[in-house]
Amino acid sequence: MIKNFKPAIAAAAVSLAMMSQMAVAAEEQFFPLIDYRVGPYGSNGQAFYGGFIDYLNYVNLKEKGVNGVQMTYEECETEYNNAKGVECYERLKGKAAKSAGPLHTMSTGISYALIDKSAQDKLPLAMMGYGRTDAVDGSVFPYAFPLVTTYQMQASAIVKFLKDKNGGSLAGKKIVYLYHDSAYGKEAIVALNAEAALNKFELVQIPVAHPGNEQGAQWLKIRQEKPDFVIFWGWGVMNQTALKAAQKVAFPREKMIGSWWTGSEEDVIPAGEAAKGYMAATWNVAGKQVPVIADIEKVVYGAGKGNLQDKAKIGTILYNRGVSAAVLSVEAIRKGQEKYGKGKALTGEQTRWALENLNINDARLKVLGATDLLPEIKTSCDNHEGSGKVKIQQWDGAKWVPVSGWIEGNKALIHPLFQASAKQYAKEKGITPRDCSKEK
Amino acid sequence: MLYREAGQFKTTYAADQQIFPIRQDRIGVIALLVVAFIGVPLFASEYWFSAILIPFLIFALAALGLNVLTGYAGQLSLGSAAFMAVGAYAAYNFQLRIEGIPILVSFICAGLTAAGVGILFGLPSLRIKGFYLAVATLAAQFFIVWCLTKFPWLSNNSSSGVISTQRLIIFGHELTTPVEKYLLVLSIVVVMALAAKNMVRSATGRAWMAVRDMDVAASVIGIKLMPTKLLAFAVSSFYCGVAGALYAFCYLGSVEPDGFSLEMSFKILFMIIIGGVGSIMGSFLGAAFILLLPIFLDIALPFFAELFGLPFSSATVSHIQITVFGALIMFFLIVEPHGLARLWQIAKEKLRLWPFPH
Repeated sequence: MIKNFKPAIAAAAVSLAMMSQMAVAAEEQFFPLIDYRVGPYGSNGQAFYGGFIDYLNYVNLKEKGVNGVQMTYEECETEYNNAKGVECYERLKGKAAKSAGPLHTMSTGISYALIDKSAQDKLPLAMMGYGRTDAVDGSVFPYAFPLVTTYQMQASAIVKFLKDKNGGSLAGKKIVYLYHDSAYGKEAIVALNAEAALNKFELVQIPVAHPGNEQGAQWLKIRQEKPDFVIFWGWGVMNQTALKAAQKVAFPREKMIGSWWTGSEEDVIPAGEAAKGYMAATWNVAGKQVPVIADIEKVVYGAGKGNLQDKAKIGTILYNRGVSAAVLSVEAIRKGQEKYGKGKALTGEQTRWALENLNINDARLKVLGATDLLPEIKTSCDNHEGSGKVKIQQWDGAKWVPVSGWIEGNKALIHPLFQASAKQYAKEKGITPRDCSKEK
Repeated sequence: MLYREAGQFKTTYAADQQIFPIRQDRIGVIALLVVAFIGVPLFASEYWFSAILIPFLIFALAALGLNVLTGYAGQLSLGSAAFMAVGAYAAYNFQLRIEGIPILVSFICAGLTAAGVGILFGLPSLRIKGFYLAVATLAAQFFIVWCLTKFPWLSNNSSSGVISTQRLIIFGHELTTPVEKYLLVLSIVVVMALAAKNMVRSATGRAWMAVRDMDVAASVIGIKLMPTKLLAFAVSSFYCGVAGALYAFCYLGSVEPDGFSLEMSFKILFMIIIGGVGSIMGSFLGAAFILLLPIFLDIALPFFAELFGLPFSSATVSHIQITVFGALIMFFLIVEPHGLARLWQIAKEKLRLWPFPH
């Protein structure tokens, strides 16, 4: 027995020795990855975190890290379970004390559980596109970043898109909001109510119970209501079911528009023909025509260091989204190094500063080969979202086609809602908000 | 030899009736408490406190609650997680709505609220039993979670239904570090475990067991079925409610109704099945087994994978973990259907005879 294992042990010893040598030789920027590849949303996690890790490796291979600092990571499987997420966080926290990139949980529940803890431990939490959405107000939530867009801003952007499509007015129209009856589905309601009051359309709310594979009653109601549009906030198996149900009651899919959780290949392909014409919001385009995605495939997979077992996922919406999350994280590291010293790994506290002072414009995105992978982002202490823009894309039966430019939600309407909610949180928790005018 | 009662004479009723009548047990329990209260805080790391010890104690408390109901009173229940949810949301609301209420008082009130809800859902137990009752308590599981999502007042109109718990202030001192939270949870759990141990030895506990073993016979010898069963539901829900409050305040810090899913109820049920139905200690052993084994495998498997050069990804580890876990549960239940507590009891009996078994 022992004999058989000898080579393996020797190899392990050698690689350990090499790894420890490398640790001495170069600075390392550590990314704690609280991710999921099994469990109810495992397939989404595989694509997203696959893209994330591939980009980290890409930076290491292509430019030998950020100013010589290698990107490293450790994964911990949460199975999309809140308690496990906390356990994973505690496990990786020790390692992250030395250097830490932003933590992406891809789960609202886990983010909520970590918001207080991460602020206490000075580790920045990035919640791209999800929330706790009132963390947009950085004066109360210094360590939480709902970057790029929030559910509320996204709902507002969708309303704006419909308004433009409808000749600039939605007055007297009827819009059904069909949503997953959970924290995720409910977040957008407050924004839609505000929009309904402003634009004088009628909003009909129809919840779907988890997991949502039975929607007969809901679609019957939709048929009775005869709405002009359906705004759809679905999740997992609920999405394909909705598309098939819409086909059954002959509701035109061109009038259905979903949130960014409902617009991946995983959602539309199983629905088959029923998905054709359906639209969804997104903050990144799909496909390999984005230069950086094609380059990752060449460089990372060429070197045999790709993270995905199923290479077909490269270039899908969720994969590209993972890459875009990593692009943003790595840009934050770059930004932080400008302030705290090039060639040095950043601590969580320093990364936090960087995330709050991001300024990624289109020119920079072009240099990165990431045009359309992200909207322009400029964050500040009182705006942890930094963008609030989404694109609308349409499924043509084989691929997602963007049908709009970047649309920004109604910030003047939505952001005060966040501030009010953050204020209430600060009061409940006894937090004294920072004075953002004093931040540099 | 080690575990010999010879020479321990009890000359008073008080001595005969104490919780741990054997001296070795007393010494063992005191040693354990000393280690838990003093030794552990000195040596354990932050990870141990916030990711392992605190959830272990909280789930042990919930399992204790279910064990009172299922193990001692014989009423099957699948609603433990829901009662935890009641406790968590009740404690949050007491803190929120009553100015200046001490946190410990709101924990007790949370327990009482859960007890009230528990009695409500225990009412069917007067007519139905066994699996049928389990299905009835399943209603609690769904109804309570639905209720918490449906009425925004319960989560203080939070747009998402998620609550974020208030600060833990006890006698003007705010508990922030994991060690402090651990000590708080530990104190509560120790007090409640001793209370439970006493309760099941008292007339109440004996009545529960009589009902469990045969309710017709119990009523013939004069035990009133209704109060006995409902009391079991109340006590059990009280324990679950307090566990839920601790889960929200000392462990996660923020909870959502969906977090208290049926899956969690099953987990608590597995804890008492593995640990030992009808045993206080079994609740602790079961909680330890169900919670710690996956974490242990999670850490150990990648280590072995690296040692033998196996291509493990974190997803593979997760899958293996689920498989091993299931296999071990089957193994344990075949080898010892009465759970880990029974194994411990057998060990004690063997020690009593050692080294001359007969």
